Amino acid sequence: MYDKTVRRRRAVLGLLVALSLILLTAYFGEAAGGGLHAVQRGFVEVVAPIQDGASRALKPVRDLFGWFGDTLDAKGQRDSLRRQLQQLRNQRIQNADAVRQLAELKKIFNLDHELSLASYRPLTSRVIGRAPTVWYSTVNVDRGSGDGVRVDQPVVDGDGLVGKVTFVTPNSSVVTLITDHTSGVSARISESGALGVVQPAVGNPNDLLMQYLQQGDAVRTGNSVVTAGTTSGRLDSVFPPGIPIGQVTRVDQNDLFKGVHIRPFASLRTLDYVQILLRTRGGTGP
Amino acid sequence: MMITPQLGVRIAVLAVVATIVEIAAVSQVSIFGVSADLSPLVVMSVGLLTGSITGAVVGFGVGLLLDLTLVQTLGVSSLIYLGVGYWAGRIRELRDPQAALTPLILGAAATAGATCGYAVIQFLLGVDAPVSLLLVRQIVTTIVVNTLIALPVYALVRRWLEPSLPDDPRRRRRRAYTTGGLSPLSRA
Repeated sequence: MYDKTVRRRRAVLGLLVALSLILLTAYFGEAAGGGLHAVQRGFVEVVAPIQDGASRALKPVRDLFGWFGDTLDAKGQRDSLRRQLQQLRNQRIQNADAVRQLAELKKIFNLDHELSLASYRPLTSRVIGRAPTVWYSTVNVDRGSGDGVRVDQPVVDGDGLVGKVTFVTPNSSVVTLITDHTSGVSARISESGALGVVQPAVGNPNDLLMQYLQQGDAVRTGNSVVTAGTTSGRLDSVFPPGIPIGQVTRVDQNDLFKGVHIRPFASLRTLDYVQILLRTRGGTGP
Repeated sequence: MMITPQLGVRIAVLAVVATIVEIAAVSQVSIFGVSADLSPLVVMSVGLLTGSITGAVVGFGVGLLLDLTLVQTLGVSSLIYLGVGYWAGRIRELRDPQAALTPLILGAAATAGATCGYAVIQFLLGVDAPVSLLLVRQIVTTIVVNTLIALPVYALVRRWLEPSLPDDPRRRRRRAYTTGGLSPLSRA
């Protein structure tokens, strides 16, 4: 009797482990249009309305616990914000003249319309789910291909770049955040125009790394980083140019390339609403 | 432990509800810069209450639900959580711990096992970006936050499953003593 129980237990465990490994290997090896991806797409399609309803119903609970969390974080944020305020006061004085000049230049070149996100047809979407582990920085949103959402469309919020759409079903989509380890965004330093690639530092959601900056490129703490809009001289990036990504917090000089640390502008841990830019560069898109 | 149809239904409902609550609410609340992770706690609680086979099956199911819903690599979470459920069930079968703080300790261990398991599998599959040392801090903070909520989560799971759980001989004995039925004093 005991032997039978042990054999049964081991058989179930072996079966489940084998099943997991088969799933993992098959999924990892197949293309995005493969069978397992199709099953996943169908499942997300069915679950999205439930997830949406649960997200709405649980919002008060989320807000309550969020309030506790925010209170705990508030002290550290206050000190950090005081320091930032001091820096910004100094910067504001320096920038006042530059702002006046920029406004005049914008009028001359009519650039304000070009850089305005309105021309990219932003679609406001609600975040209905989020990956719980630090290894997957993704959120589920309540808009899908039925609303014109397509894979690779950029996603922003009121503060800056959030990520891009990586998976679409008719009524929901998955957005991979710029803090996911698969993410890479071509970017430039706003003040000097130096180009690089922004990648996450896995494990630290408040730190991004701008890589491949030459030692001669002018970068200083406090500089702003925006999307470059190009991946090379000829190739367009999926991200429109000029979307704010973050602010330089540290510059490491001890390498062939400069290592630039950036704090993202978007509050990626507390996203409630995001905007998907439906019209990609060059006027394509629905 | 024999799984009755009623218990099976309760476990299935628990797995689905826990996954939805996890994705739609818990993972969006940030405490000390991380969010709590309900899944290892729920799987650990089911394993601890029902045994290794049920724990492994529930762990596999919860992991599969998570991977499907969040469009993650299928099989990763299933593999991790089936290990958590099986291990919690084996602890029940081998040691049958009765201390009130057992769920708290096992909750911490389950979370540690799950987060480290994710890290190992991700490194095996290949990580495209640089990894910060702060990842260790994130993992430790997640374990601490999960440890804090392990007891209430276990209590909720037990409360939900208890009506369908087979009567525990120890509980029956305790009840008999308190009502005087089997007490040696009453026989004296």
